[in-house]
Amino acid sequence: MAISLKVNGATHQIDADPATPLLYVLRNDLSLNGAKFGCGLGQCGSCMVMVEGEAVLSCVTPIMLLEGREITTVEGLGTIEEPGPVQEAFIEMQAAQCGYCIPGMMMSAQALLQKNPAPSEEDIRNALSTNLCRCGTHMRILAAIRRAGEVMQSAGMTSTNRRTG
Amino acid sequence: MTDILEKGGITRRTVLAGAGALVVSFSLLSRSLAQEATQPPAPEPPKLPGSLDENRFLDAWIRIDADGAITVFTGKAELGQGIRTALLQVAAEELDVEPGDIELVTADTGRTPDEGFTAGSQSMQNSGTAIRHAAAQVREILFAEAARRLAVASGELKAEGKAVIASDGRSVGYGELVSAQMLHIEARPQSSVKQPGTFRVMGKPMPRVDIPAKVTGGVAYVHDLRLEGMLHARVVRPPSPGARLANLDASGVEAMPGVVSVIRDGGFLAVVSEGEWQAVAAMRALATAARWEEVATLPEQADLPAVLQDLEREVGVVSESGSPDIGDGKTFEATFTRPYQIHGAIGPSCAVARIEGERLTVWSHTQGVYPDREAIAEMLGMPLEQVRVIHMEGSGCYGHNGADDAAADAALIAQKLPGRPVRVQWMREQEHAWEPYGPAMLVKVRASLGGDGRISGWNYDLWSNTHSTRPGGAGALLAARHKEQSFTPKTPELNISPSGNGDRNANPTYVLPNKRVLWHFLPDMPLRVSALRALGAYANVFAVESTMDELALAADADPVEFRLRHLEDPRARAVVELAAERFGWSNAAPPSGRGRGFGFARYKTLAAYLAVAVEAEVERETGRVRVVRAVSAIDSGEVVNPDGIRNQTEGGILQSISWTLYEAVTFDDTRITSIDWSSYPILRFASVPDSVEVHIIDRPGEPFLGTGEAAQGPVAAAVGNAIRNATGRRLYDLPFTRDRVRNAIGA
Repeated sequence: MAISLKVNGATHQIDADPATPLLYVLRNDLSLNGAKFGCGLGQCGSCMVMVEGEAVLSCVTPIMLLEGREITTVEGLGTIEEPGPVQEAFIEMQAAQCGYCIPGMMMSAQALLQKNPAPSEEDIRNALSTNLCRCGTHMRILAAIRRAGEVMQSAGMTSTNRRTG
Repeated sequence: MTDILEKGGITRRTVLAGAGALVVSFSLLSRSLAQEATQPPAPEPPKLPGSLDENRFLDAWIRIDADGAITVFTGKAELGQGIRTALLQVAAEELDVEPGDIELVTADTGRTPDEGFTAGSQSMQNSGTAIRHAAAQVREILFAEAARRLAVASGELKAEGKAVIASDGRSVGYGELVSAQMLHIEARPQSSVKQPGTFRVMGKPMPRVDIPAKVTGGVAYVHDLRLEGMLHARVVRPPSPGARLANLDASGVEAMPGVVSVIRDGGFLAVVSEGEWQAVAAMRALATAARWEEVATLPEQADLPAVLQDLEREVGVVSESGSPDIGDGKTFEATFTRPYQIHGAIGPSCAVARIEGERLTVWSHTQGVYPDREAIAEMLGMPLEQVRVIHMEGSGCYGHNGADDAAADAALIAQKLPGRPVRVQWMREQEHAWEPYGPAMLVKVRASLGGDGRISGWNYDLWSNTHSTRPGGAGALLAARHKEQSFTPKTPELNISPSGNGDRNANPTYVLPNKRVLWHFLPDMPLRVSALRALGAYANVFAVESTMDELALAADADPVEFRLRHLEDPRARAVVELAAERFGWSNAAPPSGRGRGFGFARYKTLAAYLAVAVEAEVERETGRVRVVRAVSAIDSGEVVNPDGIRNQTEGGILQSISWTLYEAVTFDDTRITSIDWSSYPILRFASVPDSVEVHIIDRPGEPFLGTGEAAQGPVAAAVGNAIRNATGRRLYDLPFTRDRVRNAIGA
């Protein structure tokens, strides 16, 4: 029985075991690279996506819970030609070393900034509490999220005018 | 995808094989070499810069096609350290083109030079130096050819837009200038490299070329490789290092949805499925179906110092001079330990392999495509030339992690399913339990002060396994150890080298006329170990720099001044002075609950200089330590990408804080028990510093020294010294967990 998933604005009929975690469907059925397998245990945040504006760990969320809901991955934030504000800020601040954890960081950041475009340092750190980085890029990740917040604020991309679901 | 990855069908081997003898016309040679050529021929070929010495032909490094397309080849791999960008800067500078004009091909046994491992912070020294000189020599050849064709002096030419231009406006493109074998010549020992004042690209921050794809969902990692008809595999590892497979009824697993094959080869177990999630489900079922006999092979974790000393079989002298036991003043004596620690890539190891006819191709995030190829070929009994290993990025590795093992897993499975590409990815628990760890170490120091306030005697003894069990042979691979026709690991040997291994940085950079430094070598490895960023330098610098602080206290001296008292190398002094100055180092009492700490080392005692000062806060009630700020100064020679150096050094500082405050592999007598991020905690955002500064001392014209590992040891020491400063208590055992801190300060 196919499940209907709405990812980055497009609807897909997915023919998979309903217990399949969203991550595997994103990567294999939809060929989206952004969400990464890190632990499969909900401990590291590499697989983070947004579901209706909330940061969600796709490695432990079965697709049966997501029928018809708005799912956003890092591919939904912009493209390499036209990066979105969070992507732009991560490039500007050179906030990556290996970069494996970074899409997950960006999705946690996007969910935060959509709700709170002027977060405090503590807000940002709290929003990243489930995201692990092993290269030690933390200072640049924090700087990039502050920067993205400034850009989104000045562009009026607040919770009333959100870019993505 | 396949087309992109395998384009450029001509291999380096065919290029080399097709080439005749080397003939170089004298017009292409510089004056210095022309003079040398009149002397009798040397018995040995001349030493060439960097990795050119092992890969001596220019076209092994640089190819220019008739259409002007420029390809640069490196045997080094992008590990997230930014080497791709820095090497592009070097090549663009010397070829007089823009970085965007160059396609850089990284580690691939089918295409690039053999540069061994991408390790030891040596990519800039080895590959950067080689590419720099090769590019400069290619540029000289192009200019000489253009001068001949345009009938003007070479000095009247300039380069622009991949063309050589005369002062009268006539120009010839690089592609037009290059003819068939023009670049198939051996490099010369000297090159007219660009002078520091004239750099256009080098020495300036350049945005990393790989970041845009990584933040927008592009194909960036081997994990993202999807080949036509690709199958998904998962391995089932034994539950413990000494376990043997007793029996297995796999019939239930074979009947599961999507399962293509269940593989059993001795103790090597794997499932192969059409879908990835199906493979995970089948892996779990197979793990349940397998019955293992487990053996208690692991040592007593709580008694690590005794365990390590019992394993000693041999002693190597790292350094010895004067009378180390001399000392008429105060003596400091202490024992330091470092636990087993993991690399802990955020993305577990992954590889894709495919057999086509007689040929095997493996895509891997290995640090050494050539050694990995050799090990895999040996494991499978295949001729070397039928195996190709292509590097694709993985999650950051920080040394020898599961990459080579995953490549071997994929290769072994692919061999049993010819024609279908097979992707293997490890699970988190497998990465934590089976990657080779950074070895546990024990250090005993006894040092004394002379009446002049200087260190008079220095005795330093360290106990450690080897810090490298890389391939080297099929026995280095887990799959090869577990399969029916199994291979055994090589027995490690004690080897004292200038750059060091377990003994790395055991011999301090300080002036110590009377010293004895010994490596008590442990050939037996009860836990699997190998290279983790900085090797022995992490524990050795921690021990040395903790001792320096205690001796400074005993001498009633400022810790920074005390270090300077023992440093003669002006570059060492410069980083110490700069870090102290930018930090605002002082001896004023720190705010309550806070402390200041300093650490310094010249990495490997022959590479980058790094000094760091930290301010840390210690919560007396909980024992929680947080580094509030860190200020570092680094000299890694001539700077290519300053932001790359900053990024790597910031990363090293934060990773070392994580190792130092939180990290230890745990185990009982049979099994590894730290198998996820809950049982092996690492640094989280709540505990990262408020600020981290990296100040770079550029050394124009000096050799590249490498950057990636310089911070690991000094940061550990600085954190320990800051806790000592804050609480009056020194911690000797890594990591400085809350319990240890609370116990030490008696809260």
